[in-house]
Amino acid sequence: MSGAGHKPDPGNATGGQWPAGTEAAFSMRGTLLRKNLMTALLLAPATLWLVVFLVLPFVAIAIFSVGERAPEGGYQAAFTLAQYANLPARATAFWNTMVLAPVGAFACLLVAYPVAYYLALRAPERWRLILLALVVIPFWTSLLMRTYAWMYVLGGRGIPALLAYVGIEDVRLINTPGAVLLGIVYGYLPLMILPIYVSLERLDRRLLEASADLGATPLSTFLGVTLRLSLPGVMTGFSLVMILLLGEYLIPTLLGGGKVFFIGNALVDLFLQSRNWPFGSAIAITLVLVSVVVLIAANRISARLSGARRVDLI
Amino acid sequence: MTAVPDIEFRAVTKRYGAVTAVSGIDLAVPPSAFVALLGPSGCGKTTCLRMIGGFEQPSEGQVLIRGRDMAGTPPYRRPVNMVFQQYALFPHLDVEDNIAYGLRQARPRLSSREISQRAGEALAMVRLAGYGRRKIHELSGGQQQRVALARALVNKPAVLLLDEPLAALDKKLRTDMQIELQNLQREIGITFVLVTHDQEEALSMSDLVCVMNGGRIVQLGQPNEIYDEPADLFVADFVGKTNLLSGTVAGLSGDLVDVALADGSVISARKRAPLSRGEAVSLSLRPETLSLGAAGSGSLKGIVRNRIFLGSTAEYAIEVEGIGSLLAKADHQIGRDNLFKPGEPVAIGFAAGAPLAFPQPKNNGTNQRENHHVEILS
Repeated sequence: MSGAGHKPDPGNATGGQWPAGTEAAFSMRGTLLRKNLMTALLLAPATLWLVVFLVLPFVAIAIFSVGERAPEGGYQAAFTLAQYANLPARATAFWNTMVLAPVGAFACLLVAYPVAYYLALRAPERWRLILLALVVIPFWTSLLMRTYAWMYVLGGRGIPALLAYVGIEDVRLINTPGAVLLGIVYGYLPLMILPIYVSLERLDRRLLEASADLGATPLSTFLGVTLRLSLPGVMTGFSLVMILLLGEYLIPTLLGGGKVFFIGNALVDLFLQSRNWPFGSAIAITLVLVSVVVLIAANRISARLSGARRVDLI
Repeated sequence: MTAVPDIEFRAVTKRYGAVTAVSGIDLAVPPSAFVALLGPSGCGKTTCLRMIGGFEQPSEGQVLIRGRDMAGTPPYRRPVNMVFQQYALFPHLDVEDNIAYGLRQARPRLSSREISQRAGEALAMVRLAGYGRRKIHELSGGQQQRVALARALVNKPAVLLLDEPLAALDKKLRTDMQIELQNLQREIGITFVLVTHDQEEALSMSDLVCVMNGGRIVQLGQPNEIYDEPADLFVADFVGKTNLLSGTVAGLSGDLVDVALADGSVISARKRAPLSRGEAVSLSLRPETLSLGAAGSGSLKGIVRNRIFLGSTAEYAIEVEGIGSLLAKADHQIGRDNLFKPGEPVAIGFAAGAPLAFPQPKNNGTNQRENHHVEILS
């Protein structure tokens, strides 16, 4: 019972349960210094990488976003919020993303939960590893290839052709929001299944027996114990898929055919085609802000509902 | 017994594939009893408890609760509640919500006022008033144990099932909880069924002990009966400390039997099963029935190897030539001067009829002691 919850976490200063300074009191100044140096050395490569390839570009994008488009395209120094004021010009892309990302993540969740539940709680022990491998194996082929395959399946010579053969004419599947949604669920399903599986697998089976013993029907046991305790996994999967979907480019391009436009598509267009960097930057910044809000909200909800002390999102 | 038993097993057998965990058990637990199912790991005691709770279904036979056959009745429709090993408290609920969990499942629904009132009473009963809003992980092991008790008892079950409830507590706390459980059982007056591998716990708490071995009930009786009149060698060995000696029957006279030991000495014992002359037997000698005296008297001669001083008593490991080491327990309230010292020769005497003679077991598997292993479910 006293397992995970009581471990002091050196990486999480607020979460640790030991009074501040306990560590310092027990170690000499010298060892502490050496320990800090070691920590710094260990973190240096990752920090450097992130500064060069994440922080600096982000700062550049932030600066671009308050600038102006140079007459020949690109960036011209200025300070204006005109780009942000212009955001409604891409309202459709925002709208599509803001609707299809959560809807896609939710559809993914609906498909993934029963699979994860079966794998963690119902599947025979000796099949479990094989079944888990089957979930992951599609990842071995690039998403691009698999999405192309869907293009043919949904395209004129795919399912619609088969339907025409049995007399159902003029069915359009490709280049519809439905096709994008299908591609999303297909592509991101493993990312949703795995975290839910992990949280269900960790679930103490005796809690389910205790619930039944106390008079709870299987349904109320599921709602009151299983679902509640797997929520951290659900929220991890949901935010993971949701955030990736907010920046999704490939699936709407291939299966939406330019008709279902995502922010990702808008960004490609603005940076590479019309070369309006400041406007693209403003959109990118907005997208990042939205992602952060989504993450924080998901974390809060998950922590509140599951009663967990700390929730690891990714 | 005329009253309907609270729990009744009728020829219950439980098989897992080729393994038979419980075979042909008949048991009737009278109302308001404190029963202990005692046995080594793998003896089937936990399986029996889980069949009462409804987590396992018997392969053959019937389990009845207050006269009703429970076949096909799921756990959530049975009038029993269980205190789980390691307690199985809900980590996402606080103490009060854990206790109220069962009350919230009741149909027709109870008013929220009644729920909180009864949860409060249950908390007070286990002396945890004021702890209602604590998180489970903030409680000590002993407190969690009491929350588990309150969570089960608040539903007013016909029978309370306890699965090794004290195993996770330290020795001091365990003794306290033994008394607390005994008091609770008397206060509430419902039947408690306790599963344990700890013979001390079974003897000290319950008023009926059911000793199990190899999926069968070996003996059912009051604690003193189990200790003083063990049904067979397994019970004699498993319950309490004892010395086991082998010998052969040299003479028979009524209830008594003369047993010749390996070194040629003859001891008079009480037989616990029919025996015939020349038959190989095992003798059980409780350490406290051995009397120690100065060398020269008594039936066996030995040398003190170790002395374990225990305050009011002392235990001696005595080496007897040709027989081996014997454990003797002597009362030393009278004076500290007569403690024997290691290396000192002593004579060992036996109270008449105190040694018990059992036929030697047919196979070696029955008297193995493995009471310190953790019970593995299913």
